[in-house]
Amino acid sequence: MDEFVTNLPVFREAIWQTFYIVSISVAAGGLLGLALGLVLYATRPGSLMANRVVFITVNILVNVVRPIPFVIFLTAIQPLMLVSIGTTIGTDAVTFALSLAAAFAVSRIIEQNLVAVEPGVIEAARAAGARPISILLTVVVPEALGPVILGYTFIFVGVVDMSAQAGLFGGGGLGDFAVTYGSQRYNWPVVYITVATIIVIVQAGQFVGNALARKALRR
Amino acid sequence: MPPAPAHVRLTGVTKTFTRGRNGSRVVALDDVSLEVAKGEVFGVIGHSGAGKSTLIRLINGLESPTSGQVHVGDQEITALAERDRRAVRRDIGMIFQQFNLFRSRTVAGNVAYPLKVAGVDRRERDRRVARLLDFVGLLDRAHDHPEQLSGGQKQRVGIARALATEPSLLLADEATSALDPRTTAEVLALLGRVNHEMGVTIVLITHELDVIRAVADRVAVMEGGRIAETGTVYDVFAHPRTTAAADFVRGALRDRPSAETLERLRRTHSGRIVTVAVRDRTGFQTALATTFLAHNVAADIIFGGISELQERAVGSLTFELTGPAGGIDAALAALRADGVDVTEENA
Ligand SMILES: Nc1ncnc2c1ncn2[C@@H]1O[C@H](COP(=O)(O)OP(=O)(O)OP(=O)(O)O)[C@@H](O)[C@H]1O
Ligand SMILES: [Mg+2]
Repeated sequence: MDEFVTNLPVFREAIWQTFYIVSISVAAGGLLGLALGLVLYATRPGSLMANRVVFITVNILVNVVRPIPFVIFLTAIQPLMLVSIGTTIGTDAVTFALSLAAAFAVSRIIEQNLVAVEPGVIEAARAAGARPISILLTVVVPEALGPVILGYTFIFVGVVDMSAQAGLFGGGGLGDFAVTYGSQRYNWPVVYITVATIIVIVQAGQFVGNALARKALRR
Repeated sequence: MPPAPAHVRLTGVTKTFTRGRNGSRVVALDDVSLEVAKGEVFGVIGHSGAGKSTLIRLINGLESPTSGQVHVGDQEITALAERDRRAVRRDIGMIFQQFNLFRSRTVAGNVAYPLKVAGVDRRERDRRVARLLDFVGLLDRAHDHPEQLSGGQKQRVGIARALATEPSLLLADEATSALDPRTTAEVLALLGRVNHEMGVTIVLITHELDVIRAVADRVAVMEGGRIAETGTVYDVFAHPRTTAAADFVRGALRDRPSAETLERLRRTHSGRIVTVAVRDRTGFQTALATTFLAHNVAADIIFGGISELQERAVGSLTFELTGPAGGIDAALAALRADGVDVTEENA
């Protein structure tokens, strides 16, 4: 326990790193995933802006990338990282990779929830003379908002999970702290305090997500 | 055909769908031509799969025919690209069986939607939404969400939304099929007001003749993608020319005995059984009675029904006739000579 207190600044730093990685990844990955998901939904055959070439291309890309385990994915995109952010290790590198990984996961969740929107409401919007892009953004997305928020909550939890591997690439964070200052030194209190912290973060995210979804669903 | 200007005109319209990977073809509409006059309520009736929804979706260009033309006013919808059709759709309202309201919007938000699409400014939007909700009797529910409404109320919101841009044409696809009889009557009465008070032309699709009977001026009977017959509602009811029409009429009026009923009537009545179509003419039944009496024929009513349609009598009466054989033949001949429609029901 004493050791935990002496390492308190490191612990704070780790919380901050996790917070940094998770919030940027969820925000950036969430936005990019939203865009990809909208493209997947709108270009699929028979949909608002059906386009075979675009749909097949994006669909294959998502199918190929999404199942790759995060650690391997992060390694594989190192050339891309070098070009775009100039480094392959550290908090920013991990955040970059995690944003991309989250985007691919989000895209499927968005697509699935938009597909579930009743075709009837789209028909009503078309009959009113609305443009496809306007139907997509002002009818389809709002109609699917509740489940989409729950989907984002699910992704948030997944991102917290993956962020624990940041230490492998010098990204720091709570996972790294638990290993370096906890288990490697047989200091179990440090491990459990870290576990408790992660649980609190996940629960807080889940609570906010559920509350927002309830508001969108009005129940 | 009266020279009244056609509001909707379909000319030789055929629509074929290709289904599945094996590319099997379904002919949903087969060489359909029809005209809907400005200001009328035009009903289209047909069984499930007859092609009614396909037909109505061609009118606002949600679907394109495989061949043939569709005109609305002086615009040929079939000649327009999708982006130009959007402008035409703003002058055509549409309501649906499942209402298709936006759950993410309030009642007022639903009605405001077509106005937003049309770029109407906020003040004008609020004014029109309030006026329409007042018209359909739901002003006090403006801030509720669709799931808080009953089916009939939802359809009234659907009607208000469809009328938001003050269209001259309203398309109704099975608009009352999800409603109970009483609510159906309310919604149909509302559609009647839309037609009378606002002068909106209505094309109404249904599988129930009662709906046609309640509001339509003219009707087209559809069967297997074709139009079996078209006429005023009275003519189609009183003198159906095709079996498709006759079946619907029998189902709605229940005035003619079914095959089973006839069999039972034949077993329990030894006389000759005939069915006479009721004419919309004063003293019709007195004339019938007089004719039978003159030939010494006793006529006993054993089945039938008379209803009113477009303020005219319609229906039929089934009689058991007893008396001298020659007298019965002479009486029937006299009636037929007078233009009365008589059907012999003896097998
Ligand atoms: N998009 C489509 N793809 C393939 N076949 C279709 C499509 N839309 C309609 N059909 C077929 O066309 C025929 C007519 O369908 P339509 O929906 O117009 O009938 P309907 O008279 O409206 O029937 P219901 O009373 O059940 O609504 C049916 O055989 C249907 O299966
Ligand atoms: Mg239909």
